[in-house]
Amino acid sequence: MWTLIQIELFKIFRRPRTYIAFAAIAALIGVVQLGLKIDGQAYVSFMMRDISSSISVEGKILNGYQVCYIVLQALLVHVPLLISLVAADMISGEANMGTLRIMLTKPISRTQFLLAKFIATVIYTLLLLVWLAIMALFVNMLIFGTDDLFLLKSQYVVLLKKDDVFWRYVCAFGFAALAMTTVAALGFFLSLFAENSIGPIIATMSVIIFFTILSTLSSIPLFNAIKPYLFTTHMIGWKEFFDIKVNDANEAIVGTIQNPGKIVQSSIVLVLHIIGFITAGIFVFRKKDVLS
Amino acid sequence: MRISIIILFVCSCAISYGQDMTALVMKVKAKLDQVNDYEAEGKMKTDVAFIKAPIGKVRVFYKKPNKFRLKKDGGISLLPKGGVSVNMNSIFTTSEFVALAAGEAMVNGVNTKIVKLLPTNENSDIVLTTMYIDEPNLLIRKSVITTKENGTYTIEMNYGKFAQYGLPDKVVFNFNTKDYYLPKGITLEFDDANEKPAEAEKLKNRKGKVEITYSNYVINKGIPDAVFK
Repeated sequence: MWTLIQIELFKIFRRPRTYIAFAAIAALIGVVQLGLKIDGQAYVSFMMRDISSSISVEGKILNGYQVCYIVLQALLVHVPLLISLVAADMISGEANMGTLRIMLTKPISRTQFLLAKFIATVIYTLLLLVWLAIMALFVNMLIFGTDDLFLLKSQYVVLLKKDDVFWRYVCAFGFAALAMTTVAALGFFLSLFAENSIGPIIATMSVIIFFTILSTLSSIPLFNAIKPYLFTTHMIGWKEFFDIKVNDANEAIVGTIQNPGKIVQSSIVLVLHIIGFITAGIFVFRKKDVLS
Repeated sequence: MRISIIILFVCSCAISYGQDMTALVMKVKAKLDQVNDYEAEGKMKTDVAFIKAPIGKVRVFYKKPNKFRLKKDGGISLLPKGGVSVNMNSIFTTSEFVALAAGEAMVNGVNTKIVKLLPTNENSDIVLTTMYIDEPNLLIRKSVITTKENGTYTIEMNYGKFAQYGLPDKVVFNFNTKDYYLPKGITLEFDDANEKPAEAEKLKNRKGKVEITYSNYVINKGIPDAVFK
């Protein structure tokens, strides 16, 4: 099995397409860093315009932790699109090149073949997230330094102490890995139904965009009812790590999470989606008449 | 004739009462004037419905006549706009005020004289200050300050070791806040439709409170002006 995974990883990292995602992340974060370094104060003023009428906020708001949060908020919606470039190509790419049928003549089961490909996809996804963590967290910590993290939520603001932030990012990236694996599983599943890569890549992107839009339309009751079942709703669960509990005196309790239950619930939904996509994929692939 | 005598008597009483209050205020000012500068360490607790913040260590610097700076020991601090910089010493930066008696009241079990302080300078940001003065100890126990720019604040003070300088061990600022709301589309919060009504109601509370508990003062040791920049 490990040999199979190694072969698949070799194939993934031999293709130039794989590096588009890494380059795109580096470029996007680089642009954000440059912009905030040059004109960060204007961004902070814009961010604070609603709160500054009654509260004055003093300190180094634009620090590495803050920039990382800004980057993640913007990028974690788009990283799935980059993941789909590889995940949705895993089976359909082989079919397109005409190598799928030959590969299946080897003495390995279709399930093993599919699982090896999926595990390789997951490894690629995790590496992409590690790259994102290096660029968004560690590089920003170096450029902008570290300080307390000040976050604006829709109805309240959260101030997290500097010492209480890093572990939250570790957990958030862990959760993001789960969310991105769900995207990879979807792209992988869709790649079973096509004989060229473009179709499943576009289909995966479309599903994510469509579901994300449905998730944001919270003012329409019909969409509110289906929202809990959309995996895109749960993909932003990483933000829950950055909300803190308060006691009866309204003091934030350092080291706590406001809604750990929500994170567990979202994790379960995402894991169920991964299992569902892969099980369905194995079922389809075992029955599939491979002609290409 | 009799009415004129009564009016004259009432006016003279009022005038003498007003003068008494000015004298009392000047005595309190003289007590606070012992302090040329101070640096204090303390803990600050912010209690505003829409702010979730932990207790933070702060350092407060004051220098005559009206330099005041509150710094958090590293990190970000959230303070009511303009409010915390209002301290008793800076209220007395000028002697251009009219002090009027407004009765007596109990503040935290202490009998106090109520004094209304009206600045005579039209450019002053403070419109009216109501002081609750503990006359025997010459301490201000409570103040209600109305400003032009930042609304009305209530400041309550508890005294301990540094009462002889008129410096409080604990200061509680009460102030009004404005509504805070950002669209969920901006903050990317999709799943708060089932928010508990009690929580939502709690967030609508427009009263804010900041408590600073001082642990130590360093008085009259000199503070460089650079600290206030």
